Amino acid sequence: MEIPTETKNLILKRIAEIQTQYPDAQAACLPALHVAQDHVSYVTDDVLDLVADTLTLPPAFVQGVATFYTMYRKRRVGRYHLQLCTNVSCMLEGAEDLLAGLESHLGIGAGETTPDGMFTLDAVECLAACGTGPVLQINDRYHESMTLEKAVKLLDALKSGRDSSDLPTPNVDPDEIAAGAKAAPPAPDDKDE
Amino acid sequence: MEKLLSVSFGDPEAKKIQKYEASGGYKMLRKAIAMQPQKIIDEVKASKLRGRGGAGFPAGVKWGFLPKDAETVYLVINADEGEPGTFKDRTLMKWDPHRLVEGAIITCMAIGAHHAYIYIRGELVEEASILETAISEARQRGFLGRSVLGKPFPLEITVHRGAGAYVCGEETALINSLEGRRGMPRLKPPFPAVAGAFMKPTIVNNVETISYVPIILGMGGEAFASLGTEDEGGLRLIAVSGHVERPGVYEVPCGTNLMEIINDVAGGVRGGKALKGVIPGGSSTPVLLPDECDVPFSVSGMGGAESIAEVEVWDGRKFEVMAGRTLRSSPGSGAIIVMDETVDMVHVCARLMHFYAHESCGQCTPCRVGTSWLNRLCHKVDHGEGAPADLEQLALIADGIAGKTICPLGDAAAWPMLGFLTKFRGEFEAKVSGNKKEGA
Ligand SMILES: Cc1cc2nc3c(=O)[nH]c(=O)nc-3n(C[C@H](O)[C@H](O)[C@H](O)COP(=O)(O)O)c2cc1C
Ligand code: SF4
Ligand code: FES
Repeated sequence: MEIPTETKNLILKRIAEIQTQYPDAQAACLPALHVAQDHVSYVTDDVLDLVADTLTLPPAFVQGVATFYTMYRKRRVGRYHLQLCTNVSCMLEGAEDLLAGLESHLGIGAGETTPDGMFTLDAVECLAACGTGPVLQINDRYHESMTLEKAVKLLDALKSGRDSSDLPTPNVDPDEIAAGAKAAPPAPDDKDE
Repeated sequence: MEKLLSVSFGDPEAKKIQKYEASGGYKMLRKAIAMQPQKIIDEVKASKLRGRGGAGFPAGVKWGFLPKDAETVYLVINADEGEPGTFKDRTLMKWDPHRLVEGAIITCMAIGAHHAYIYIRGELVEEASILETAISEARQRGFLGRSVLGKPFPLEITVHRGAGAYVCGEETALINSLEGRRGMPRLKPPFPAVAGAFMKPTIVNNVETISYVPIILGMGGEAFASLGTEDEGGLRLIAVSGHVERPGVYEVPCGTNLMEIINDVAGGVRGGKALKGVIPGGSSTPVLLPDECDVPFSVSGMGGAESIAEVEVWDGRKFEVMAGRTLRSSPGSGAIIVMDETVDMVHVCARLMHFYAHESCGQCTPCRVGTSWLNRLCHKVDHGEGAPADLEQLALIADGIAGKTICPLGDAAAWPMLGFLTKFRGEFEAKVSGNKKEGA
């Protein structure tokens, strides 16, 4: 999917502003990837090319950077990306059972997206909110002291559109994902090990 | 209990500049403007403030390492908080962002930096935007820009978001990441104070460290020092999580007794259960048994306490951190994880090994191979599929990583592995007993 010109111009404008904050172009690489991903939904080849071109960096360099960091999405995720911390403090508060509960509620395993394109579930490392675990990050927002009951309520509200406090992942069209899901299973690229 | 840095925690108004100024905020900035930079550094040295990012290096001493004739100097504030158990910097930025901004401005004036970068972990979207707001409020007040309150000292603060990589909390990886690269730690020397961000002399300090600077100027270095111990001044934030009645971020004098922190500050073990173990300073610090917790929460108090058993490699062979110095534990990043009697220690250890294997940047062989190996073997043991020989193997792998890598992430994996194995060996043995087959 090519980046529409209008979106491209927005991204370029923002990157130009960011560049004024640094002594060289390369330093804008991480922020530029963030901005582009925020507009395009994940780091596509076009995003890599756009960032490389704009900052005059070799495409392989930008790709190397994009793949090093977990927040740059290498695949399409659902409208809501659920990231549950399962590190020790959250584990002590029941994160493992919560993960299992979410898996069975959504009918998918960690690392997968629901067939309707609504939710992607991932188990992640410490989110720096260990005093109020388990912590479930939904797109950009933290939901703390989670229980399965609270989580299921939240997901139902998001799905039905009753709750819009968590902004959806940009440019995600669940129907498109649903169509894609039928055509080909999601690549398990981001799973641990 | 006395509060200096945590006074505004929980007050949603406190992040507004009006409220911060009304409670005395930015007064120290006005004072600092009239001070000689060296005078500010001397005050911080006198305060005995130690870095709060984990390594505990005295802040004033670090600032003194900058070359005297440097033209361009950077201040980089480490807000990458990712050590499991640690959530104090996020709390600080969320409730009291102006404290950090004021500390950053004063520190920049002290070290002669005209640009500060706050490297905040990418997931903290809300806190990054709180900081952005605080910075723009400070700019409107004339604290930033071409001059600081009329004093011709150009100064900018930029919030730079990371993108998910624990290793970027290591200061040289953080610098590489700030420069737009993969977050691979650099070989030291050169140290950042000599060649850091953009190859210029750079001071990297933790969020909490910088936030205490205005407080130190306010009360005076010596008065701050007197609140702590002989070699570690003032108060510090601690983040208590796990099985306590009241998890949360608290402020205590350096050197406060760890058991008192658990019982009095955090309300004791939840539900009247018995205490089984405590990870005292973030996941990288060796775990303590209950009877080892009667120690001062300080670098010297926990590093040298006779009452804490030395970490062993295997069967009485002590683990040496450096020539002759054996490993006990450390207050690290101030993250206390409390575990009650129900906790399966082998399982906790295996979870941590998964973390380090996932976060290794992979450039040193001992860490790249060793952390994955520890992870696999530790899970095998946890699942009851290990053999007795695997336990010695775990110890030898950990010993083979520690001290042999570019950055301390390797040590950070090895130390808890050896800590758990030394302190809870019986639990590991129980999981492999009966399995005769040979090890990995
Ligand atoms: C793997 C690793 C992760 C680290 N993560 C952090 C972190 O998240 N925040 C931090 O302030 N320091 C972290 N540190 C310590 C930094 O390297 C550095 O010592 C610190 O930022 C210096 O600031 P201070 O002297 O004020 O503590 C980490 C170190 C290592 C080895
Ligand atoms: S110790 Fe590990 S994380 Fe640190 S530089 Fe080496 S491979 Fe990378
Ligand atoms: S362990 Fe879950 S947020 Fe830190």
